[in-house]
Amino acid sequence: MKKDIILGGVGGQGILSIAAVIGYASINMGWYIKQAEVHGMSQRGGDVQSNLRISDQEIYSDLIPQGKADLIIAVEPMESLRYLPLLAPDGWLITNSEPFVNIPNYPDLEKIHAEIRSFPRHVLVEADKMAKEINAAKSANMVILGASSPFIGIEFDKLESAIRAIFGKKGDTVIQNNLNALNLGREFALKNM
Amino acid sequence: MQKVMLLGDEAIAQGAIDAGISGIYAYPGTPSTEITEYVEHSREAKEKNIRAFWAANEKTAVEGAIGMAYAGKRTMACMKHVGLNVAADAFINSAITGTNGGMIVVSADDPSMHSSQNEQDSRFYGKFSLLPILEPTNQQEAYDMVHYGFELSERYHLPVLMRITTRLAHSRSGVVRSASREQNPVKLPEDLRQYVLLPALARKRYKSLLAAQNDLIEEGEKSPFNKYIDGADKKLGIITFGIAFNYLMENYPDRVVPYPVLKVSQYPAPRRMIEKLCKECDEIIVFEEGAPMIEELLRGYLNNSLKIKGRLDGTLPRDGELNPNMVGAALGLTIAETVEMPAIVVGRPPSLCSGCSHIDTYIALNEAMLPYGKGRVFADIGCYTLGALAPYDAINSCVDMGASITMAKGAADAGLRPSVGVIGDSTFTHSGMTGLLDAINDNTPMTVVILDNSITAMTGGQKSAATGKVKEICLGLGIDPEHCHIIKPLRKNHEENVAIFKKEIEYEGVSVIIPTRECIVSLDKRMREKHKEKKAAE
Repeated sequence: MKKDIILGGVGGQGILSIAAVIGYASINMGWYIKQAEVHGMSQRGGDVQSNLRISDQEIYSDLIPQGKADLIIAVEPMESLRYLPLLAPDGWLITNSEPFVNIPNYPDLEKIHAEIRSFPRHVLVEADKMAKEINAAKSANMVILGASSPFIGIEFDKLESAIRAIFGKKGDTVIQNNLNALNLGREFALKNM
Repeated sequence: MQKVMLLGDEAIAQGAIDAGISGIYAYPGTPSTEITEYVEHSREAKEKNIRAFWAANEKTAVEGAIGMAYAGKRTMACMKHVGLNVAADAFINSAITGTNGGMIVVSADDPSMHSSQNEQDSRFYGKFSLLPILEPTNQQEAYDMVHYGFELSERYHLPVLMRITTRLAHSRSGVVRSASREQNPVKLPEDLRQYVLLPALARKRYKSLLAAQNDLIEEGEKSPFNKYIDGADKKLGIITFGIAFNYLMENYPDRVVPYPVLKVSQYPAPRRMIEKLCKECDEIIVFEEGAPMIEELLRGYLNNSLKIKGRLDGTLPRDGELNPNMVGAALGLTIAETVEMPAIVVGRPPSLCSGCSHIDTYIALNEAMLPYGKGRVFADIGCYTLGALAPYDAINSCVDMGASITMAKGAADAGLRPSVGVIGDSTFTHSGMTGLLDAINDNTPMTVVILDNSITAMTGGQKSAATGKVKEICLGLGIDPEHCHIIKPLRKNHEENVAIFKKEIEYEGVSVIIPTRECIVSLDKRMREKHKEKKAAE
């Protein structure tokens, strides 16, 4: 078992919270993990990605080779397309549909969505809207993780346990919001994949 | 033992805590910052009373470490690659003094310049100063090598250089910790003249450093981190340095490389192992993350008879970091075909945060400079370097820490009017103060703008040595108080601030303007923590 995942977004959007949950679950299963992050200048509103690799065998490279990623998980739609060259021919693209506009030349959103829809294996999820609807606006990233969960190769309840452990200190409301968001995202993906 | 998930940087920090350091000294710089940050925030380190100190610059950091090691303790100094330039005087002379307690200097290189102005390879400093270098391949090795490095350092009474690169520094993996060791007691050097580098004494010390070289090469031969892995096909021999080994293995999913492989992570590089590989194989390929330092040595100045492939013959790109695809292609393996990035995707460069004080400063400065035209503002290294980009287009240089002030002086000396330097508060105390003293002593007609946001912001908000002291430092250096102003960069103060800029730019002497307002990110963080504390108290 091996999954290579590209997480994409904009500096400050918190892609690492998604990585933390997958990472925690993987470690608990006794798997190997490598997770390369972007720190420094790009974090100031630039495009950021994380190479997340999990496997039951030892992993060598911190970077995923071109054309070998099983999944792209993005919290921003244009950013999801940036990493397509890394995606394997049978890979999946899971992304938030809501844009983060901090540049003057942000492309037409309809065209971005159309480009994503033209890709055969995609899940385009309105994560922010769905999170707001269950009064968990801060848990949009967990909606996206939920929507990715059918493809990660980790049993769903292990992701739930990871959320309980990671958000444990923040109290029951935060844990429940994140779990609800995770479930909502998963249901959406299962209906729309 | 349970694995803990650690960044390469954090693995080094945890290794240092477990290996019994008594103090760590650093100046923040990507990708090295998280080492010292980890020790700073570690409860264990606090309980063990380990000092974690953000020094004014990398030179004072290394000197602090030399002093702590003089007193017999184990210590570490950390910096980014260009920081080692600043610390070079201390570092290179520490090879001559040698050390008493164990001392490791960590230099984090940034090939491909993700967050840096060059991609210099710190291994040259190790070779230059004749000190051993450790270059971990992965997070576990990074952890283990700290223990090993301190033992090596204390065995030879020499500092050890540890060189890492961005991909290891900022990648997480599971690390298994080993038993922790007690700190050393305070103990003076046996020879109280060891650190007195008067010429007659320095000559002796240098000879003993030279005499240690053969033993250090032997250490490389038997190092657990250097491995000769035999392969059946001798048409090619492969040498990897540091994390290049990972990219090689990635290309062989069953982890069996058909060719002999020499994995090197400790220098001086193991000469006998290299010789064996070169004798056995028809051709050699060298994978180095960074400059072709060893490749050049193997090739020789006059290109000897060995057939060597690497960065110098175009087999690999001459610059930039390696990756699995480059290594695969160099070995003639097929690289997966893939789709192109859709044309609709546009670049998203980093930018100043919304609400950042630098924005208001640059808007005011731009307006004041408008009558003189572009090309007269020298800047420095920090978040404010982003002022070079649209929509500000406000600055014309970023060279090295502190160069804004001294370049503005040189340009003013050449006759440029006006000549303006823009520098952050932390960069000012790092390397700007001496330049300002030069300008004041020479009464140079120039204006220095010190952007005081009370934090080292670009690297994630470390304590700035300048906090609360910028104006006093300038006055102490002798600036005329009439021409030293603190202003508050806010939109509502725009007209007033432009007027001050205009007036001082016209002044035929040194003037200093200090736009002072807290970094918006650190303010936000502070407010959230305050809120949390308040909630906890309720």
